[in-house]
Amino acid sequence: MFPASFGYVAAHSVEEAVQLLTKHGEDAKLLAGGHSLIPAMKLRLASPRTLIDLATVPGLRGVRMDGNTLAIGALTVYADVASSELVQKHLPGLVDAASVIGDVQVRNRGTIGGSIAHADPGADFPVILTALNASFVLQPRSGSRTVAADDFFIDFYTTAMAANEVLTEIRVPLPMAGSGTAYVKLPHPASGYVVVSAGALITRQPSGSCALARVALGGLGSGPVRAVATETELQGKPLTPEVIAAAAARAAEETDPEGDTYASAEYKRHVAIVYTRRAIEAAVQRASAS
Amino acid sequence: MTTDHTPTGLIGASIRRVEDPVLVAGKGCYVDDIQLPGMLYLAFLRTTYPHAKIISINTNAAKAMAGVLAVVTGEDVKQLNIPVAPMVQDQKIPPHPLLARGAVHEAGVAVAAVVAQSRALAQDAAGAIEVEYEALPSVIDAEKALEPGAPLAREELNSNICYVATKKGGDVDTAFAQAEHICRMHIASPRQVALAIEPRGIVVKPEPTGDLTVWLSTQAPHRVRGDLATALGFPEHKIRVIAPDVGGGFGSKGPLYREYVLACHLALKLGRPIKWIATRSEDFVTTIQGRDQAMTSELALKKDGTILGLKVRVVANLGAYLYSSTAGPPQRMMGMAPGSYQIQNCHVEVVAVFTNTTPTGPYRGAGRPESVLNIERLIDKAAKELGLDRLAMRRKNFIRPEQFPYKTGVGVEYDSGDYEKSLAEAMRLSDYDKLIRERDAARGRGELVGVGVSTFVEPSGGAGFESGTVRVERTGEITVLTGSSSHGQGHETSYAQVIADKMHVSMDHVAIRHGDTLAIQQGVGTFGSRSMVMGGGSMTLAAERVIQKARRIAAHLVEAAPEDMMQADGGFAVAGVPEKKVTWRQIAAAAYGGRVPPGMEPGLQETVFFDPRREAWGFGAHVAMVRIDRETGKPTIEKLVLVDDCGVIINPMIVEGQVHGGVAQGLGEALREQMLFGEEGQALTGTLMNYAVMRAGDMPHLTVGETITPNPFNPLGVKGVGEAGTNGAPPAVANAMMDALAPLGIDHIDMPYTAPKLWEAIRQAERRPAARS
Ligand SMILES: Cc1cc2nc3c(=O)[nH]c(=O)nc-3n(C[C@H](O)[C@H](O)[C@H](O)COP(=O)(O)OP(=O)(O)OC[C@H]3O[C@@H](n4cnc5c(N)ncnc54)[C@H](O)[C@@H]3O)c2cc1C
Repeated sequence: MFPASFGYVAAHSVEEAVQLLTKHGEDAKLLAGGHSLIPAMKLRLASPRTLIDLATVPGLRGVRMDGNTLAIGALTVYADVASSELVQKHLPGLVDAASVIGDVQVRNRGTIGGSIAHADPGADFPVILTALNASFVLQPRSGSRTVAADDFFIDFYTTAMAANEVLTEIRVPLPMAGSGTAYVKLPHPASGYVVVSAGALITRQPSGSCALARVALGGLGSGPVRAVATETELQGKPLTPEVIAAAAARAAEETDPEGDTYASAEYKRHVAIVYTRRAIEAAVQRASAS
Repeated sequence: MTTDHTPTGLIGASIRRVEDPVLVAGKGCYVDDIQLPGMLYLAFLRTTYPHAKIISINTNAAKAMAGVLAVVTGEDVKQLNIPVAPMVQDQKIPPHPLLARGAVHEAGVAVAAVVAQSRALAQDAAGAIEVEYEALPSVIDAEKALEPGAPLAREELNSNICYVATKKGGDVDTAFAQAEHICRMHIASPRQVALAIEPRGIVVKPEPTGDLTVWLSTQAPHRVRGDLATALGFPEHKIRVIAPDVGGGFGSKGPLYREYVLACHLALKLGRPIKWIATRSEDFVTTIQGRDQAMTSELALKKDGTILGLKVRVVANLGAYLYSSTAGPPQRMMGMAPGSYQIQNCHVEVVAVFTNTTPTGPYRGAGRPESVLNIERLIDKAAKELGLDRLAMRRKNFIRPEQFPYKTGVGVEYDSGDYEKSLAEAMRLSDYDKLIRERDAARGRGELVGVGVSTFVEPSGGAGFESGTVRVERTGEITVLTGSSSHGQGHETSYAQVIADKMHVSMDHVAIRHGDTLAIQQGVGTFGSRSMVMGGGSMTLAAERVIQKARRIAAHLVEAAPEDMMQADGGFAVAGVPEKKVTWRQIAAAAYGGRVPPGMEPGLQETVFFDPRREAWGFGAHVAMVRIDRETGKPTIEKLVLVDDCGVIINPMIVEGQVHGGVAQGLGEALREQMLFGEEGQALTGTLMNYAVMRAGDMPHLTVGETITPNPFNPLGVKGVGEAGTNGAPPAVANAMMDALAPLGIDHIDMPYTAPKLWEAIRQAERRPAARS
């Protein structure tokens, strides 16, 4: 199909983008990589009158170290996230996720900010960034505010972001020494989006027991879900295969996924357990190697 | 018709495809690349109801939009229909209007059409049409459609049956009475979408002369032209159909579709060119789909594995409307049920059923894959039930090489074959015994690993005639006109190899022309693995006639006897006097310059309409090894070995490419593709977001091998190979999957083997106390 006709404005600063958003109101949409928005427009699921392009805003692309935090510009494409030496060194779990999104074309166009702002229930970054305890910098008309991933994803395609805010940066705290991160995904055979995925951040004490566990799951709800029971179960325990398996077995507790033409709800809950275990195992292995 | 032909080495050479540089560089010309001044665009409003009465249609808003030139509904074009000739006695042919009239019978059928100045505008206007429906009960599954009290898919008929056809051979009753064991099986093949990369499309231009020029993404320009003329009531000789570059078809681009007739009708009415290109979503639900057959079989056996008889009942889902080819595929079982085995006592019954779904029709294999799946799964199941080795059982029942030509239990004569040899080659290439040892070792570790084999036959060619013209031009270059038009098969290369080889010229001396009814004599088209068998056959015979004539002209020119003229590089030479040479250029100059022998017609062109009145029976043996992740059900193809015999091979690289392509679609069927309709009949997997077509990255490594058994009934000795992958690979994978799951006591699951489906089966089996070991 073809999109309904629309206008296009290139923004040259975040302030201008916010101004344009305020001016055009409901009828306008920010354009980042366009890899969710344009397909939605072609299917007439979205028909914005005006697109405000963020690609022309300088300073929103790239990865930098800011104290104990890795700061990723909202317009950074997945391929750049995956190939960033900083990310590779400190957050291999984020590399895992950035490498399995869509295909090569998607990874060279889609932006981390667009993925977060779009909040697709089948998206990868929201899951791993929740596990990594990331937060998102939003710029409303004046000043800026930061929202933690745990509080950001509200519902299907719905976030804590106001209509006239721009997401400018993703901030990920550097994990403590002895940490490992990992992300595993069961992709849908057709779309490649998440059927079920698991992201884990595990901090291992020199003794071998678990100092911190954050585990987030994708595909089980309207957005990323924290596997709280699993995290609690791991806390302070030795990270043996048995302990990990027992903790992972509780990953799908209190989730209520919907079945679809590919996978039943039961299958999703089952895979969530298996993939939680695999993600934790991979994170622990990296923690031991670091 | 013997010639002194000595091979030039072109037949049998892996020559790179000469058509590819243009296509790879994006310089091809597909229908959507055709731009004409003043062109208008056609768009449709399609229903999402599988079955409903149309209460009202309001087109006022659409008609009022600036730039909209026409809005039509079913009543406006009620005189026009899709013409369908019956294929079977007593076949029901319900009306097939271009736009729904009174009721819709499948989700996707168009209720109204718009012609506007731009594509987007046409779509906007179609979206502005309002239709009120009253939903009617619908039926999706063919077997359910046969149950008493099932809703009628077509309320004009008194049942859902389109036709029942049967084929009987030998004495089935006695065979079953004498059986020591009867193996029973019910198996269904999933419905697949053809999904050519290029969606369907048409550009039509009414010429000032009153002629009609049509650019169409089609596999069969001549056939479609005839049907178009019939549908429009427009003289065929005034229609020119051009198939430009065509981006795949797989059978789905054979028939004449509703949109094509409507585009022509509206172009004639408005006196302007019109373009329609299906969107991917439209292509999904409007292009004929494949498979969707359920087979119920009984195999009568002796305890030693000797097959005594076979009964098969096919229930085939035709969808809601018939296209010209829709009724065809299910009938394949009537010629293929016994496969590669000596089964003289056969009974096949085919029940073809209307449902409220997208029409089905030929899709790469077109009934062959279903037939092969049925017999190959049956053999494995029977061997298991009898405690016999499945390969030994196959060997015991194979038709033996010395029995060819062999008349089967369903009355078909196979030309030639050596099934043992092909199986032996597949075992050698796959290192079969090692695979079995690996499987057993993995099994010992509690892993789910299986090995499967299929040994199948593959009829090709047929479907009437094909035509070929070989013309030596004035300068001695050669033009070949073939009725078999290419849509990706590599005709420009492999046909040129044949003709260059036969006529002792280099390939760049030969141009292959196809896909234009103005330039080409009547022809048929490309489908059913027929191109080299039929198109290659006809042009070879035409070339032989040209050679005979040229020999006489050459002899005349050098004042020698025709018998003394031998073919030589670039023309002819006198036997024993190689320097006494006559080139094609000299022969052509004589042929067109009045210097032919007395009594001979001038010119140097021959046309042959070739119909061997039999199909060519290729065959093969495929071996698969699979692993299933016990925890998630995720299947992996660990090994896939494909040995195919298509007789003489013209271009090994193209043959291998055909096998690869077929395997990709076969693995799609085996592992992940299935068109699903919801309870209410709506398409559930009607987009690439949920229909899991195989992509390049999903393919396992393939090992391709061959045996060569020349076809004695073909001028080139060839058989088709285009459908080998869809025929042989799915049953090999299915048998491997069931082998992997055998330790769990699972003996049958229908394709596709998706991870969730396998996991569910594993879980159920593990819960059964018997399997807990
Ligand atoms: C073939 C294909 C496969 C894909 N597979 C996957 C996959 O496997 N996993 C996955 O996670 N995703 C997948 N995607 C989606 C892809 O990751 C998108 O790129 C992503 O969802 C959106 O990012 P974008 O930069 O393209 O945003 P856009 O499409 O430009 O925008 C998406 C939405 O976010 C808003 N937005 C964008 N940037 C900002 C900002 N800085 N501040 C505020 N709002 C903003 C836009 O207004 C719009 O509403 C796939 C897409 C395609 C086309």
